[in-house]
Amino acid sequence: MRREAGGQKLGVVVNPIAGLGGRVGLKGTDGPETLARARALGAVPTAGPRCALALQSLAPLADRIEILVPPGPMGEESAAAAGLRPRILAGLPPPAGDGTDTRRAVARFLEEKVDLLLFAGGDGTARDVVGVVGTEIPILGVPTGVKMHSAVFGTSPRAAGQTAAHLLAGEPVIRLREAEVMDLDEEALRQGRVSASLYGIARVPHARGLVQASKAGARPDDEAALDALARVIVRDWPADRLMILGCGTTTRRIRRAMGFEGTLLGVDVALGGRLIAADANEAQLLRLLDRAGEGGAGIVASVTGGQGFLFGRGNQQISAEVIRRVGRDNIMVVTGAAKLATLDPAVLHVDTGSAEVDAMLAGYMKIYTAPGQRMVMRVGAATG
Amino acid sequence: MSDVTPREYHQARWNEPVVMELGAPGRRGITFAAPEAEVAAVGPAAELLPPAMRRKALPLLPEMTEHDTLRHYVRLSQQVLGMVGISLFGTCTMKYNPRLSEALGLRPQMAEIHPLQDPATLQGLLEIVWNFEQILKALSGMDRFTFQAAGGADAAYTHVCVTRGWLEATGQLGQRDEIVTSIQAHPCNPATAAAGGFKVISLPLEEGGYPSIEALKAAIGPRTAALMINNPDDMGIYNPHMKEWVRLVKEAGGLAFYDHANFNGVMGKIRARDLGFDACMFMLHKTFGGPKGGGGPATGAYGCTEELARFLPKPMVNKTASGFALDIPEKSVGKVREFMGNLHIVMRAYAWARGMGADGINEASDISVLANNYMEKELLAVRGVSKSHPDIGGPRMEMTRYSLGTLKEETGIGVGEVANRMTDYGVDAPWLAHEPWHFPEPFTPEAGELWSKEDIDTWVAVVRKVCEEAYANPDLVKSAPHNAAIGKVQGEGCEDPARWATTWRAYLRKHRAASQQQAAE
Amino acid sequence: MEAQGGGAHPWMANSTEEAKAAMLRAIGAPSIESLFAQIPEDHRFRGRLDLPPALASEVALKRHMLELLKKNSDCEQNLSFLGSGIWQHHVPAIVDEVVGRTEFLTSVWGTPSSDHGRNQAWFEFCSMLGELVGMEFVGLPVYSWGCAIGNAVRMASRLNGRREVLVPAGMDPERLEVLKQYCEPEGSHGHIAVVPVAWEAASGMLDMADLKAKLSSRTAAVYIENPGSFGVVEARGAEIGKLARAAGAEFIVGVDPISLGVLAPPAEYGADIVVGTIQTLGAHMMAGGGAGGFIASRDEERYAREYPTLNISIAPTDRPGEHGFALSLAHQSSYGMREEGKDWTGNSVYLTTIGCAAYMALLGPQGFREVGEVILQRSHHAAKVLGGIKGLRVAFPCGFFKEFVVNFDGTGRTVAQVNAALRAKGIFGGRDLSADFPALGQSALYAVTEVHTAEDIARLAGALQEIVA
Repeated sequence: MRREAGGQKLGVVVNPIAGLGGRVGLKGTDGPETLARARALGAVPTAGPRCALALQSLAPLADRIEILVPPGPMGEESAAAAGLRPRILAGLPPPAGDGTDTRRAVARFLEEKVDLLLFAGGDGTARDVVGVVGTEIPILGVPTGVKMHSAVFGTSPRAAGQTAAHLLAGEPVIRLREAEVMDLDEEALRQGRVSASLYGIARVPHARGLVQASKAGARPDDEAALDALARVIVRDWPADRLMILGCGTTTRRIRRAMGFEGTLLGVDVALGGRLIAADANEAQLLRLLDRAGEGGAGIVASVTGGQGFLFGRGNQQISAEVIRRVGRDNIMVVTGAAKLATLDPAVLHVDTGSAEVDAMLAGYMKIYTAPGQRMVMRVGAATG
Repeated sequence: MSDVTPREYHQARWNEPVVMELGAPGRRGITFAAPEAEVAAVGPAAELLPPAMRRKALPLLPEMTEHDTLRHYVRLSQQVLGMVGISLFGTCTMKYNPRLSEALGLRPQMAEIHPLQDPATLQGLLEIVWNFEQILKALSGMDRFTFQAAGGADAAYTHVCVTRGWLEATGQLGQRDEIVTSIQAHPCNPATAAAGGFKVISLPLEEGGYPSIEALKAAIGPRTAALMINNPDDMGIYNPHMKEWVRLVKEAGGLAFYDHANFNGVMGKIRARDLGFDACMFMLHKTFGGPKGGGGPATGAYGCTEELARFLPKPMVNKTASGFALDIPEKSVGKVREFMGNLHIVMRAYAWARGMGADGINEASDISVLANNYMEKELLAVRGVSKSHPDIGGPRMEMTRYSLGTLKEETGIGVGEVANRMTDYGVDAPWLAHEPWHFPEPFTPEAGELWSKEDIDTWVAVVRKVCEEAYANPDLVKSAPHNAAIGKVQGEGCEDPARWATTWRAYLRKHRAASQQQAAE
Repeated sequence: MEAQGGGAHPWMANSTEEAKAAMLRAIGAPSIESLFAQIPEDHRFRGRLDLPPALASEVALKRHMLELLKKNSDCEQNLSFLGSGIWQHHVPAIVDEVVGRTEFLTSVWGTPSSDHGRNQAWFEFCSMLGELVGMEFVGLPVYSWGCAIGNAVRMASRLNGRREVLVPAGMDPERLEVLKQYCEPEGSHGHIAVVPVAWEAASGMLDMADLKAKLSSRTAAVYIENPGSFGVVEARGAEIGKLARAAGAEFIVGVDPISLGVLAPPAEYGADIVVGTIQTLGAHMMAGGGAGGFIASRDEERYAREYPTLNISIAPTDRPGEHGFALSLAHQSSYGMREEGKDWTGNSVYLTTIGCAAYMALLGPQGFREVGEVILQRSHHAAKVLGGIKGLRVAFPCGFFKEFVVNFDGTGRTVAQVNAALRAKGIFGGRDLSADFPALGQSALYAVTEVHTAEDIARLAGALQEIVA
């Protein structure tokens, strides 16, 4: 039976300071000093209005769903601006002006068992949200922040609002998928270094592409194709060859095909189908490479997050030195075809910290998308 | 902008039950004459079969009169829009299907001929095949054509088979095991390549709207068996480097195959062989006036050079001093389908090509490209509509890929809902795009040479009207269709083993039984 | 001959100068040629297309086409006994009308509502075919019976990961060649070995000893046909099915559905997958253009997920109590796309399918029983008569449907000679088997259907008697 709309709960939280730094040339707004600087530079809050734009899409459902918001700029104002009458979360302490505000509100949503949590912010906010809810509650980001490497955001505020509305209305086109939450170290960024980590995995609604009565049958979706591909990779991988597994949901399929969970947010090493080093750091990887036998070693990595990064965001353990030692020809990149198709421009980025290794990786690479199927993608050094 | 208003329309709505619910016990739609005495002398029919293989219970089919059966299917036909309205289904080239050919197809000289008759008794048919082959040779520059493939995808498969044959003959089977294609190519190219045992390497779209030469160079090498590519693609973009592509692929030792699915805009303008291709494919049910029939019977005409002709499926039609004969190519790959193909479609394509002539065919591609660029101008004036690669200027070929991303963004109404609403105005849904989608909410109309400027204006007016409705009253569009035989189909159960039902008996078991049980409780 | 009437072509609305000028004006382009700017000059063909002169007038075109078609000699004007994959059956008049309806003829891929009637006809085809074969899951048809076998064998191979299929050694050579193509040649990545199983010399049925010897843990599927390619009904279907299952193989049965009013549905004797032709369900022969194939199975997820076909399911609409039809298993992958991938789908024989639906509805249960009985009796009568001619021998004289093998060794003549002589008398003799099946000697496969009368058989017998005398 089709799920009828009604009785669904939506939690909304706005990080009012998200995005403040961007307009005034600061990289993010993490930390009180930066925030103060941003304000001094004349930054105007945009998160609230952008969230209101998203919430407008929920107006047709207003009398069938319950909307929960923290008071004031953290949600109440946006909801009111969108003409909605939400229930205001009572008893929250006064805002501290940092991530604890988001985390407290989200903890309440968890207690309230909301069906979807819509948040307005950037990577930092996503990180706060997923740190509390994990995969327990589906989340969706209204893009307002400066950094958006995470794959949890709608393409625009309206798009996010519509996807939320579809989910709450029980539209069958909506599916939940797992997506990576990544964040850069802003302090490092301001100092000219880029350092990003994978902080968690969220469950995110997305509208599945329409299947037209196809003239040719649809291409298989990424999920199934990648599962099948994972089985093939494991089947064909030589028993004496080290497999260095990058982090993220795509490479998890390969871990699972070998029969272990491994480290979702870290780098694992397998040999003969067994996990031999979990959550390895660069030093461990280099030691293992030293001891690699005749079969040598290969890296299996994926495009992580939402911005087409191959190396240098979220998987820094696979360092320039590790990559150099393994060699370009021994890198197998696995990513869904649909994900690759939506990259605009169609370029993958690397930022290993070594210009030499970045140059070695640059050029065209054949990305594995399904059993027997590869897509040629340009790889370029990241520019920022 | 033209000031056409969409016409009022309502599809026939018969509430027609599934045939399994029709009829009454004992009714007959057809009877077969009782056998003559000498025939009946062989004894009762059942006893002529081994006991274990006799059917015990009759099949549960409807029992209907001839008239009731006819009416049922005529009613069903009235609940199909087809080309009675306006159908600009991109990549399928909705053109006129001359009814003369349909009438000719029912003549016994076409309908009641057996493929294994002695060629001496099929000379007319073989001459049509031969004549039509000469026409395709002129249009492509290729040396030979086979018509055995029963569709475009089957012709792509034929190329995969021929490639295998060529690799085998040159001792390269197993060595060259990769086929290169573009992400914009019809999915049948990667799919048939994979089904034929090849690995597939796809090239992405880059600046300019087509894959770069550098990407191609990265993809090809000593493992390359073939390139399978279409041009222009269904965004209306022509890859100007195709000659260089073909050169590079052949230099790497592979074959180059031109999927001419989008031939309508370039008929008479370019020839596959002139660009260096080893093989190509035409769809006779699209470009050459054969009917769609809801998806076949169709014909994919596969053509190639003399060098590859020795691998073609058997038999081939050859002209000899004493007439037309059927021959087996020296190293034929065998068959891709029984017999010689859908030669009744070849007959239609031949009649179409003769009805058009060289000038007509050239003019048809002129008009296709002109009409598309006209339609593009009109469509881009509609609020909510944009086109793919808007930064690429200049005229497109016979199609343009559009996006309703803006409309979706601003109203929540996507292309599927727009398509449903369009049918309320007697205009059938356009082709959207192959997956994966590069642009949000895509759609791809193709005007071709058939549809009049007024038809195009009406089509655009319907898009405009529906987009306006999306802004003013999105629920009206969302809940469409309103003027169709049935409401909006809720197809999500079709992916669920407990709910899908491809036959009436499955439906009865899964749904009727369940609802009866519910009623009982 | 050039078209009359100022250059406008009847099939091209915008071929008037006015329409072209109006559109050029609207887009502000100087000429049509300027719209081809994307194509580099060195790609352009600037020669004159070497095509025969246009026949834009329907009068002239009809005359030309008829002149060609009349060079054919057809099976209505002659008496034909050809079968072997395409058979001459009666095509009811309403089938032609239904198939010729403009709406069906011109539909493409609209929406579930704009295509509703066609989708319903497709579902009805699957439903009625399901009743005939005794299966609950039926895909939309594929190109031909041979292609259906190829698809089914690849389904089986994906299901159990094995790479060998056992087929009757007497299998029709056309279908066998298509199957081999789908099984890929040796050395190709997905090669499946096609292993023939001998027939019993006396009965024409499968040689059980040979079957047992060849069945192994490598066997992906055992394929049999009922009736077989020599017309013989395989009486031991159930036993073969058991043996296949015991070996872990899928049991695939190919049928001619026009037999299923009298022959047991394959589901009853254990078929896992049923394939067959749809041509006998009301499609004209059209020199082979009437070919079409189907695939059916139990409605089990493991099978359903392997179908390479389009599948159409009945589904509710947003109006209470109403149903429509939608594609089912369109992505055909969420089950965990198999490592080796699926086969492709594309255009198929969907218009033929609609005619087949009308045919099955028209016949109904009694019609199928009756046509099956009539074919049984007429073909056995013909076999008896021919077997009585001196020098002729019916190879497998009992338990066949529609087709039977006639051996001419005793006449000292080749089938080619006999058929040439028959042709001179306006008779198309049975298909010559001598090249494909040397073990059968000079033999021909005769097909006798509901269209053949006792008089036709007498005429054939008379002609043969004269020829072999």
